[in-house]
Amino acid sequence: MIDFNLVPLLPELFLAMAAMGLLIVGVAHGNSVTPVICWACAAALVVASFLLFGMSWEKQIVLNGMFVFDNFAGFMKLLIILGLITTLALSVKYLEQERISRFEYPVLIVLAGIGMMMMVSASNLLALYMGLELQSLSLYVLAAFNRNSLRSAEAGIKYFVLGALSSGMLLFGISLIYGFTGSIDFGVIRGALEGLEAIPFGVTFGLVFILAGLAFKISAVPFHMWTPDVYQGAPTCVTALFAIVPKVAAIGLLMRLLYEPFLPVHDQWMQIIYFVSLGSMVLGAFAAIAQANIKRLLAYSSIGNMGYALIGIVVGTPEGAGAVVLYILIYMVMTAGVFAIVLGMRRDGIAAEDISDLSGLSKTNPIQAYAMAIFMFSMSGIPPLAGFFGKLFIFQAAVSAEFYVLATLGIMTSVVAAYYYLKIIKVMFFDESIEAFDKDIPFARRVVLFVAVAFLLVFVIRPEAIVESAQNAAAVLFT
Amino acid sequence: MIVQAFAFYLFAGILTVSALMVITARNPVHSVLFLVLAFFNAAGLFVMLGAEFIALILVIVYVGAVAVLFLFVVMMLDINFSDMRKGAMQYVPIGMVIGAVLLTELVMLYGTWQFVPGREQNIADPVAAFAGQNNTEALGQLIYTNYIFAFQTAGLILFVAMIGAIVLTHRTRAGVRKQAVSDQQARNPADVLEIQKITPKTGV
Repeated sequence: MIDFNLVPLLPELFLAMAAMGLLIVGVAHGNSVTPVICWACAAALVVASFLLFGMSWEKQIVLNGMFVFDNFAGFMKLLIILGLITTLALSVKYLEQERISRFEYPVLIVLAGIGMMMMVSASNLLALYMGLELQSLSLYVLAAFNRNSLRSAEAGIKYFVLGALSSGMLLFGISLIYGFTGSIDFGVIRGALEGLEAIPFGVTFGLVFILAGLAFKISAVPFHMWTPDVYQGAPTCVTALFAIVPKVAAIGLLMRLLYEPFLPVHDQWMQIIYFVSLGSMVLGAFAAIAQANIKRLLAYSSIGNMGYALIGIVVGTPEGAGAVVLYILIYMVMTAGVFAIVLGMRRDGIAAEDISDLSGLSKTNPIQAYAMAIFMFSMSGIPPLAGFFGKLFIFQAAVSAEFYVLATLGIMTSVVAAYYYLKIIKVMFFDESIEAFDKDIPFARRVVLFVAVAFLLVFVIRPEAIVESAQNAAAVLFT
Repeated sequence: MIVQAFAFYLFAGILTVSALMVITARNPVHSVLFLVLAFFNAAGLFVMLGAEFIALILVIVYVGAVAVLFLFVVMMLDINFSDMRKGAMQYVPIGMVIGAVLLTELVMLYGTWQFVPGREQNIADPVAAFAGQNNTEALGQLIYTNYIFAFQTAGLILFVAMIGAIVLTHRTRAGVRKQAVSDQQARNPADVLEIQKITPKTGV
């Protein structure tokens, strides 16, 4: 009965040990070793990914039904680890430039990563909540990491208060589901819901509260208010983390939750996700137009992108789920590339954050300008870049399941969104050039930039390889 | 039965009133004291449910540590709470509306509440399985076996909270003179003391 098989948890356990060990190293040597600890954390993440590859990806549920490891969890965990390594690589130099180079930073990122990996492996509402809290708590601290900046402190406190509120709603929803079914185990909940003829209020209300709590975490409309302020206030390397990784984990969690325990009440949650997706797309497209700060713009862009990803979830078919995984993967690569450039926007050691600061980048630094142009074209979904395929598969899934309104609106809002992506290109290529940015771009950032550009360009040559693994990963949720 | 009902309404009534006083009292010290009262009554309710372990933890942790810590903060820091409360009144109407909506929802919910058929079989660890054991034993058996994953994760969360508190508040100030115990221990009387023989009536 008691099940202590820890093998599926190996990557998490290893990362927890590594985080604690590196924290001790940091305490012993002080802040001067921060870059070393950053790279050591990145190395630990690489080892964790090898551990993932070495494990059996067959579905297994361990620890009294708390933890599940399957193809989907493995794939999402790889994405999370990749995102974390990228963020660490982008951060090292920036932390030094902003004089916030403290050894706790990489340790907190790894701990947040453990939380995210637990989220995608949760097979029980309690495990889900624990993973979510581990992730959120680390992210609250990271948002306020630059404690000498008023904006960073504001970002931290805003994120914390709203995050606590959303956790409260999530817990209330969980308590309703538990009260109704008598269980917090995904399998048992599904079994209980399958036999129902009419859906009682209790389930619907519980589902609404759980979804409201999770919508906060993926910053979907109408729970998006914190996103622009937190993105703007947090140190830029933390903003990069927010934009790249937690979304992967939260979408993974949402997919497992909706497709495993709550699939029998598909028609109930479908309407909610439908409108959340619609609202996010529309707001993401229109509110971004007026932004002058590039971090705020990226915040609205991420809201819009979550809207597109949710379309795939609404559809509720394996095809749609695979499209979501693929979309998230491509979104992650594009965002990482964009932030590699945004982090390099400094003049005389001062960070520049306005879109107008990019004026005439094509003359002062043509390589960056062309890379940014590729990211922007890809984000607005222009073929043959990878971003186009991400949207294509989502809309295809929506059309084949006869969600015509959602697909049409998605295409229309992505046309609107293309306006502000193209505006950045216009600023870079056609505006008067101003003073050049500082030249000292670290090697790690160049590598991220190069890999992101290469991925977006090369994707078109052999899309099947990645598309198939994404489809396979998502398909296990439906077996 | 009458006694039980009476005790329930007493605890619940005082709990509600003191919770209300926590947010309406003008003096912050009074607020904290009402909070302590609220915790005590909540503990009473837990005892009535047969959850004496949680009741005692509530008293020890919340009253003993958290509320006292609050009291310290309120008394030690010179925070002007009336300034913080300024403008709070303008949010009362919207708060009332949201509260009313939530209340209606709850009434709707519990008015039509029904359980899933066969709910008893779904409960993972029913109380009946622990008959004859006290709370602490039963919790210990579950926490370290079936719920070890959640328990350890909670430990990790507290670890993050600790790191976070240090990251956000710990500052190294320049010019602070710290006690260097090893230096003190290493001092030799011969290095720092000079013993002089003083003959009377001559001075040093």
